Amino acid sequence: MKSYKNLSLALAGASCALMGSSVQAATAGEADVGDWDLSSAVLFYSEPDRVSAVEPILKGVKRIDTDETLTLKLTLDSLTGASANGALPSDRAQTFTRPSGNGSFVTDAGETPLDDTFRDTRVAFNASWEKPLSRMTRMTLGANLSSEYDYTSLSASSTFSTDFNQRNTTLSYGLSLAADTINPEGEIPIAFSAMKNAGDPPNRRTDSDDKTTVDALVGVTQVIDRNSLFVVNYGLSQADGYMTDPFKVLSLVDNNGRPTVADAQTGLADVVYENRPDSRTKHTVYAQYKRAFDANSLDLSYRFMSDDWGVDSHTLDVRYRFNRSAQSYWEPHVRLYQQGEADFYRAFYRDGEQPSAGDQTEFASADYRLADMTAYTLGLEYGRSGTHPWALAMEYYTQSPNTPADAFGVMKKQDLLPPVDAVMLRFKYDF
Amino acid sequence: MKYAHRVTAIAAISVALSACSGLGVQPWERGVLARPDMAPNSAPMTNALDDHIYFSKEASSGGRSFAGGGCGCN
Repeated sequence: MKSYKNLSLALAGASCALMGSSVQAATAGEADVGDWDLSSAVLFYSEPDRVSAVEPILKGVKRIDTDETLTLKLTLDSLTGASANGALPSDRAQTFTRPSGNGSFVTDAGETPLDDTFRDTRVAFNASWEKPLSRMTRMTLGANLSSEYDYTSLSASSTFSTDFNQRNTTLSYGLSLAADTINPEGEIPIAFSAMKNAGDPPNRRTDSDDKTTVDALVGVTQVIDRNSLFVVNYGLSQADGYMTDPFKVLSLVDNNGRPTVADAQTGLADVVYENRPDSRTKHTVYAQYKRAFDANSLDLSYRFMSDDWGVDSHTLDVRYRFNRSAQSYWEPHVRLYQQGEADFYRAFYRDGEQPSAGDQTEFASADYRLADMTAYTLGLEYGRSGTHPWALAMEYYTQSPNTPADAFGVMKKQDLLPPVDAVMLRFKYDF
Repeated sequence: MKYAHRVTAIAAISVALSACSGLGVQPWERGVLARPDMAPNSAPMTNALDDHIYFSKEASSGGRSFAGGGCGCN
């Protein structure tokens, strides 16, 4: 691996890393002024029977001056497969209309309804420019563009970091503004309106909508002693606009707890489109502790997140790097995650209790990602240093949403929210 | 009220920073801390990939960096 040439570069890398910008100083440690330092990564992500993704990243860091860098990053993200649409499994087959309104798919009895038309390619471009403003203060300006078939996001950020206390303490502060536009396949459905048969005029409200997000982050990086340091960040995120998932629905169930059928002839499930609030305020507190044990090192972090949708979450992440020699390392990784459900999360409506179509004052979603859930990740990375450092990692991720407490009747015989497993393979290579 | 919040925040940051002033090392004691694996964000590519995955699979984001989205995956 490349090493820092001096401490100010190391701490500059640390401080900008704190705020999420890339560690230009770290990766450009040995580059000469004017040089480009290229690195790459590719991720293969696979959930059996569900989503698969391939995500390559190419990053270039240009050393403009000894303490000034320009970083350009290109990310591609290709998704295919099937995603849970929020409807309950049933003891009989159910038909769902595809988001386009053209065509339908049938979910067998006992199976979780998965929309199998999930397919998208995202292209993201990031640029960031880092330069010193004074002897103790650095500035990073960033711009991001992300574009996919039905979604576009533009954002800009500025981050400042100032060293104190003989550069043992770094205070960082930053602001990010993002403007997103969603233009989904089949347009945006009317809240709580019923799914229609394929080919029938669908209940659509508009063709596109947007969202703005303002993020503020303030943090402190503190050197404790010659072997350890810690980071504490506080983040505030305010999003306004369209945050509903236009492809997610809620089942209506009868008094026996069985999903009802809207059209006996086609088997069309009786489902309504979800609706989420158009405002979300998130608070995050992030703490990280790094400690060297001789040649090895521990990276321990904890995040608490709380938002006004009622979601509270805890994330614990532990990595331990065994530096076997100057040339290679093994790094096991464990991540534990737990979240509480959003206030408006619900798995179903009893038929007749759902809000009337178009009611924007009521909120409901059966998206399991907003449910009570625990998840864990186990991973192992092997890396080699040298002229062209590389690393290969394999990780296993599993999510276990809790069964809804209000499940009743025949639905209790179904596996309402089955665990979701994923395998990830990640390869990194520096040119 | 806003003014009070601001004063509280400034006071809290000042206390935190002054508490930090007792910690730290001399410039010549930083050999270990300067190792790449000791940087807070020692694996930016890994973290970028992880953040994207977990953002799209869970209801949380941010912490290490800005929480804002950038994709239609959530």
